[in-house]
Amino acid sequence: MSRQMGDSHRRFLQTMMANGIVDEQGARKLIAHCCEASNAQHNPDKLDDFIETINLKLQPMFMQITKGMSEDSGHQFYALVNMAETDVTRMSSDYADNELELFRKTMDLIVCSEKGNASSTDILNSADTMTTKKLKKSETEHLLNRLVHDKWLNEKRGEYTLSTRCIIEMEPYIRTMYQDQVKVCHICRNIAFQCQICENPACGIKIHNPCVARYYKGRAEPRCPACDDFWPHEIPEVRRPKSQSRK
Amino acid sequence: MTQRKRMSNTQSSSQSKRASGPAATQEEEDDQTFTQPSTTQVQRGLEKLTPAQVDQKTAEVVQFFLVKDQKKIPVRRADLVKHVVKEYRNIYPEIMKRAARIFDQVFGLKMIEIDAKNHMYILINKLETVEGASPIANPTNPKMGLLFVILSVIFMKGGVVGENLIWKTLKNLKVDVGERHEEFGDVKKVVTDEFVRQR
Repeated sequence: MSRQMGDSHRRFLQTMMANGIVDEQGARKLIAHCCEASNAQHNPDKLDDFIETINLKLQPMFMQITKGMSEDSGHQFYALVNMAETDVTRMSSDYADNELELFRKTMDLIVCSEKGNASSTDILNSADTMTTKKLKKSETEHLLNRLVHDKWLNEKRGEYTLSTRCIIEMEPYIRTMYQDQVKVCHICRNIAFQCQICENPACGIKIHNPCVARYYKGRAEPRCPACDDFWPHEIPEVRRPKSQSRK
Repeated sequence: MTQRKRMSNTQSSSQSKRASGPAATQEEEDDQTFTQPSTTQVQRGLEKLTPAQVDQKTAEVVQFFLVKDQKKIPVRRADLVKHVVKEYRNIYPEIMKRAARIFDQVFGLKMIEIDAKNHMYILINKLETVEGASPIANPTNPKMGLLFVILSVIFMKGGVVGENLIWKTLKNLKVDVGERHEEFGDVKKVVTDEFVRQR
């Protein structure tokens, strides 16, 4: 039974608005903090109920707090996302038309790549084929930094990947725009960029790296869940969230 | 179902409004042609529309406000009517009333009019600040620091201060207006352009 919206919910929502995305542990701590601040009752097991109360009120405004998995750590995250496109949201972008074009090109590169990433060199080169006002090299670099800072892209050793926030928010868009190219994880059924692929040419299923870790945990001989061929890739370790207890 | 792209195309019309001169007077004209509808007019207007339509329009107004608030730019009534409310202007007061209620109940924010003459609105927080740190670190904006230094100078000088005193103060803090600052870029531009626009 969901509760009435109270100050604790509002405080949580305001923090979500400022940050965009928060990990599950952070969300738990934040809810506890918000409830305490408003002297509200708090049930640590009912995380999803708390968020559902907020979501019911956000729905008429085409906003939701949605849950999603990080492709790096496999941990769950909560992101505040926008659900509909109207004239207003089109006016709202922090990014100029040509910056958005470059972002779309970056997304093209990432979706079509094998490993779900795009090198800074490739992105800089793609700026040459822009149809809107071309971006200079320095402007492109500056834009990429902004995108990372605003949590749309992640960068590691010169390679750019879509951030968890980006994937959660853009999932419907990506599924529509790239429906032929986009990879889907066989285990969790969400879209997948950083994933392992079955080498059997007749099979070729994809599994997220963290999903691989969880699926094959403790198994002696990993086999493809679809075609039963030997799974040739290195099985990553399951990453536990940072320990709660700190003495 | 329409899919939303978060960073969808910018409609630069609201940005171009920021330029002074002819654009500003156009805005004033827009606002002057807008007269507040009477209560009976609002009633009649509401009867002609479905609740869903009114809710949708209210939602758009809320989104518009939130977006402007994120950039710390006040909302002009003229902009709001022209770009969002549009043909629903006859029920404008009702939409504003509902939007204010949503801000209050859902977000814990208050919609207030900061300029009664030009009809400009901002959102302020209703919730009190909490003792003790929030578990989530809020993203800090270094420009805030700059802004506060300037505001404190103005405040201490009784509300008005010459440009030169501000540049001098900043220079003492190692922010040289003449040179390009590594964090703020063109300092003079940030102060005279951005901060003034954000009122």
